[in-house]
Amino acid sequence: MAPPLTAPRLLPSGDSAITVEFSRKIDDGANRRVLALDRTLAQEPIAGVTETVPTYRSLLVHYDPTQVDFPTLGQKLTELAQRPVPSSEKTRLWRIPVAYGGEYGIDLEDVAKTLGTTPDDVVARHIAGDYRVAMLGFTPGWSYLSGLQESLHMSRRQNPRLLTPAGTISVGGVQAGIQCLAGPSGWHLLGCTPVRTYQLHREPMFLLEPGDRVKFYQVDAKTYVEQERAAEHGELIAELVAA
Amino acid sequence: MGGTRLVIPSIGPASSVQDGGRFGAQRYGLTPSGAMDRLSLAAANCLAGNTQMAPAVEIGPYGASFTARGGAVRVALSGALRSAEISSRSVPWDTSVTLADGETLILGMARGGSFSYLAIEGTIQGEPTFGSFAVNARVGLGSPYPRPLQAGDELSVSAASAGTERRIELPAAGAGPIRATLGPQNDEFSEEAIKLFLESEWKISATSDRMGYRLEGPVIKHLHGHNIVSDGTVNGSIQVPGNGQPIVLMSDRGTSGGYPKIATVITADFGRFAQIPAGTAFRFKSVSMEAAQSEACKFAELLRALPDRLGSIASFDLNVEALQDANVAGAAVSAIDARTWQAADALPQE
Repeated sequence: MAPPLTAPRLLPSGDSAITVEFSRKIDDGANRRVLALDRTLAQEPIAGVTETVPTYRSLLVHYDPTQVDFPTLGQKLTELAQRPVPSSEKTRLWRIPVAYGGEYGIDLEDVAKTLGTTPDDVVARHIAGDYRVAMLGFTPGWSYLSGLQESLHMSRRQNPRLLTPAGTISVGGVQAGIQCLAGPSGWHLLGCTPVRTYQLHREPMFLLEPGDRVKFYQVDAKTYVEQERAAEHGELIAELVAA
Repeated sequence: MGGTRLVIPSIGPASSVQDGGRFGAQRYGLTPSGAMDRLSLAAANCLAGNTQMAPAVEIGPYGASFTARGGAVRVALSGALRSAEISSRSVPWDTSVTLADGETLILGMARGGSFSYLAIEGTIQGEPTFGSFAVNARVGLGSPYPRPLQAGDELSVSAASAGTERRIELPAAGAGPIRATLGPQNDEFSEEAIKLFLESEWKISATSDRMGYRLEGPVIKHLHGHNIVSDGTVNGSIQVPGNGQPIVLMSDRGTSGGYPKIATVITADFGRFAQIPAGTAFRFKSVSMEAAQSEACKFAELLRALPDRLGSIASFDLNVEALQDANVAGAAVSAIDARTWQAADALPQE
């Protein structure tokens, strides 16, 4: 039998939320434990827990203090968090198209220069990654992916941009990202996807779940434009390869 | 546009339709939004005969006016006190009042607070997204307008029912420091830094908004720098960015953040904190988790029992006269502040 897992740290986030922290760093193992605890709470709900928010290294558990108090909930969460993480998780795999470079990814050339290689090689390295949605946050649908190849790790831009386009596919530090809405970003922009990870009046409103796997593939500008039009009419565009 | 409407001839910035908020999708990065001061939203809705967290107009610090069109409209006012007039007739605070077709309610600037709530009997018509009307301007969500309200906007509403106006007696807003529990990242600060945070006087910067209140005061230094790996946030999270000037995350906060959070405003004090006007000095006080949760339970009970605090105003004009008489007789009664009114017959509980 595997040795019991270490207990997470329970950090109070006010009187109505607990941060269950597994690591202080970006850590794939910790993220798997975060997502496992999140699944456990979905399958075996604790009375009073209202919402959970997985992040890289911790699970934020919102609760109603009129139904359950901090010591009682903390005790239960500690127990559940030390259950073994299932080795063969059933996860969904999405194939997501990306138009790279040019107007779609204005930093591709610079990234290639910084890494001493060609734009095509940067694209190949980005496509080769086996990504997992570690968390969503910041704005609706902004998906933080783990699994970026080490050869693409680079620090963020010195000057963050105040506005980057909807659908931006980018890299920053050890992370890769899918950005749904236009907004500020300090990451390097490699391309754009027509896939909308969040779309109002579409079922599902949110495409990606924390824990989902993602593979990127390249499309040309013509295909991008066609797919973009279809996405506007509510098509998912992303293909579900495995569930 | 047909039907009964509430037209907005003028309204200041930071005013929007808000309700209890859009909870349940923070895991997808969807900000909850919702009223900055839930007790005042609930009080206004109670007065209007609505459910407590129904959509209402959250009015920022500046003035606003509202005109009934296509029928009479009953509205109710609570939250930050301000002058309120209909055809030069003064309307007391924390009451409902009916605007006849064509009449205009004129509200002045907020006094001693930031946000007032105007609830409308029958609520506002629109399409909820993810179960809420709450405006989240950054993401373009909210109904009937997915943005702050502007002069010229119109709200589709219900015609006023027959029946008397109501008033509500709310407990006096608590004075004293804003209570907070330490954490989740208080270990990113030295004991001296935490002491400085708790013992200093703070002011809310004028650059604050519904996302966050920036605080001005001494520089709070970090032990290990200001970058942590992003984790989840709550209403009232007190982040300390690189410049050492804390930011309290408010209703339109991002769902995750990468600055250490020294402490968290307790649920029972969040609305009171949200009402502190820019430039006004205040302090924090650290309380235990047990105390914070006990206060949260009391706050939930206060909300639950709000309908018990309703009373009727048999005739609005007569009451004003009665109040004037009372003032002549030397009783400490204000014609503006409904909180000092004598209790009338309580309405049956809803």
